[in-house]
Amino acid sequence: MSATVTRIKSEAETSLESAFAVVRETLPGQAKVRAFRDEAAALFASNGLPTRRVEAWHYTDLRAAMRTMSPLAQPPDEALIARAGASLSPAAEGQVRAVLIDGYFVEALSRGLITSDITMRSLDVTLAEGDHVAIEILSTPNLGRGDAALALNTAFMRGGVEIDIEPGYHAALPIELINISRAERPAAIFSRSMVRAGAGSKFTLLEKHVSLGAEAVQKNDALVLFTSGRSHVEHVFVRERAPDSQTHVHSLLLNVWEDVKLNSYALVEGGGFLRRQIFARLESERAELSLSGSTLLRGKDHADTTLVVDHANPNNSSREYFKHIVDGAATGVFQGKIIVAPHAQKTDGTMKSQTILTGDDAAMYNKPELEIFADDVTCGHGATVGALDPVQLFYAMSRGLPRADAETLLLEAFAGDATDKVADETLREMLITRVRNWLNGRAA
Amino acid sequence: MLEIRNLHASIGGKEILKGLTLTVKDGDVAAIMGPNGSGKSTLSYIVSGREGYEVTAGEVFLNGENILAMPADERAAKGLFLAFQYPVEIPGVTTMTFLKAAMNAQRKHRGEKELPTPEFMKIVRAASDKLGVAQDMLRRALNVGFSGGEKKRMEVLQMTLLDPKFGILDETDSGLDIDALRVVADGVNALRGDGRGFLVITHYQRLLEYIKPDSVHVMAAGRIVKSGGPELAHELEANGYKDYIGQAA
Ligand SMILES: Nc1ncnc2c1ncn2[C@@H]1O[C@H](COP(=O)(O)OP(=O)(O)OP(=O)(O)O)[C@@H](O)[C@H]1O
Ligand SMILES: [Mg+2]
Repeated sequence: MSATVTRIKSEAETSLESAFAVVRETLPGQAKVRAFRDEAAALFASNGLPTRRVEAWHYTDLRAAMRTMSPLAQPPDEALIARAGASLSPAAEGQVRAVLIDGYFVEALSRGLITSDITMRSLDVTLAEGDHVAIEILSTPNLGRGDAALALNTAFMRGGVEIDIEPGYHAALPIELINISRAERPAAIFSRSMVRAGAGSKFTLLEKHVSLGAEAVQKNDALVLFTSGRSHVEHVFVRERAPDSQTHVHSLLLNVWEDVKLNSYALVEGGGFLRRQIFARLESERAELSLSGSTLLRGKDHADTTLVVDHANPNNSSREYFKHIVDGAATGVFQGKIIVAPHAQKTDGTMKSQTILTGDDAAMYNKPELEIFADDVTCGHGATVGALDPVQLFYAMSRGLPRADAETLLLEAFAGDATDKVADETLREMLITRVRNWLNGRAA
Repeated sequence: MLEIRNLHASIGGKEILKGLTLTVKDGDVAAIMGPNGSGKSTLSYIVSGREGYEVTAGEVFLNGENILAMPADERAAKGLFLAFQYPVEIPGVTTMTFLKAAMNAQRKHRGEKELPTPEFMKIVRAASDKLGVAQDMLRRALNVGFSGGEKKRMEVLQMTLLDPKFGILDETDSGLDIDALRVVADGVNALRGDGRGFLVITHYQRLLEYIKPDSVHVMAAGRIVKSGGPELAHELEANGYKDYIGQAA
């Protein structure tokens, strides 16, 4: 006897599957790439879009948020490139900058494509011609396995950029990776980018997500950040406030090798529906991984930060520190899972999520998890959700600050605790200003 | 200047102020003394606009204006200042940032322009030197990790900078060393005069040696049960509150 459970496919799921069948042949990549695309497409076909029934998606129902599929994004035309170009700040002397529009790498707007220390090229080229090492890294065999949303990205990926930083190179300026989505008409974006930090290299990567227009963009993008031994990388992710119609799944895939210092911070300004998932793997020993972020939500925003940190090897440390301000009727989600493999002794991991709810209908869901199979480890987690401290508010108001200003002052301090993790001073200032502007917008 | 009439207030269903009446005349310094838990801090909070209390009867006038319906910041803009018995720690906000925000907020309320930073720094430096507040404290998060006495000095620094018309000092003397006590008293005495008033809450006669009050009031169980001149403080120091506790109950 065998029982088959038939899942009724949603319109979006059906469209995604047929879209894949249509474009499959035209997607960049040779046999190996094709094989893992097909494997991912098959996983998606059997699982569908994640719903609350999938444990890792318990608080974020992608299937419900994405009832229909927007048409696949096309490469940007001249007019759009010009418009997007005009929205960029001028690049500084020596600035390395990669620009993606609707997921497509746009050389014309990018800067510093090939220097002696950095190489940048379309990911389509890597997929089509890349050596097996690059393809292997890109396929992230050990990260995010089984995640249907990531599988969708794997199946459809095209158009992103690969940036390689030479071993030992120390970059003076942040390397910029700017993702612009246009939204003049609905579009589904599937792009994956890859940044490889050479051994002993040191740099800051600024990954920005900017939206022009307000149409229903469905963005499912990924960044593979591969850090070779002794590299020292700061990754600053900024998701500017997106239109409410946007559905965005962003996967950050981190391979952390020996003696690496990797510090990844994210400013999420909300808007629409966001799932940001980080899959990190400690691949060797003596690495220090720090993941942090400030999430600012209002209106009916939904933003989910989910991370899985896999301490697959001994003697590594990881720190996770996330702050959320949830206003209006917005919903925030934080899920953090720290896995410590049986032989990963001397693992040191601490995870913290703190939330201030300022909206009457705001909600926050926290799910920290530790899966520890080794015995000699120091791991802990804590999650708090609360309102602004009325005593602090009164104190500030009693000195003459109107309530809104007093709230802004306290909230800025709260969020600033996470922005402090960013070492690059210019970027930190930029982040503080963005947080302040967001808070002022909230108070107005 | 400050007139409190028959004030009744409760919190969480528990009545704390039970018909408190007190007038502080323009130019006067009034002292309140009273046993622990008699409602002195509650009174100071309600007068300065802390939320969460239920005022069931009575009025509070500042210069003839009923202030009970105003939020705390408006009362501050009208010149009211409370030096807290327990100054509040504000992690992540440097003292300098806080002072600037407070001074500029009050200027804005009064329709004045923001202070330019160099001028602000000059004023703060001068005032903190006078109060013996070290410059490095100004760069630290407000009150975080400050010693008890440092916190009290910080309250007085804020009072000096905000230049209030009516100051309430809630046990500002507790925790201060002798030198600081004198500095605080000098500060109050310097501000004292027409157009200003002070309400000084204290447990110790010593402060009143330095700040000679115009009137002394005994508070017990949510009311003023006796008023007199400075000699009343001496009497309390000698006899304690036993004569008043029974009376209030
Ligand atoms: N939030 C509250 N809930 C319940 N009771 C409260 C609350 N706040 C204050 N009280 C009570 O009100 C009474 C008065 O407190 P208050 O702090 O005003 O006293 P006080 O006269 O300032 O005392 P002290 O001399 O010790 O500073 C106390 O019994 C206190 O426990
Ligand atoms: Mg008290």
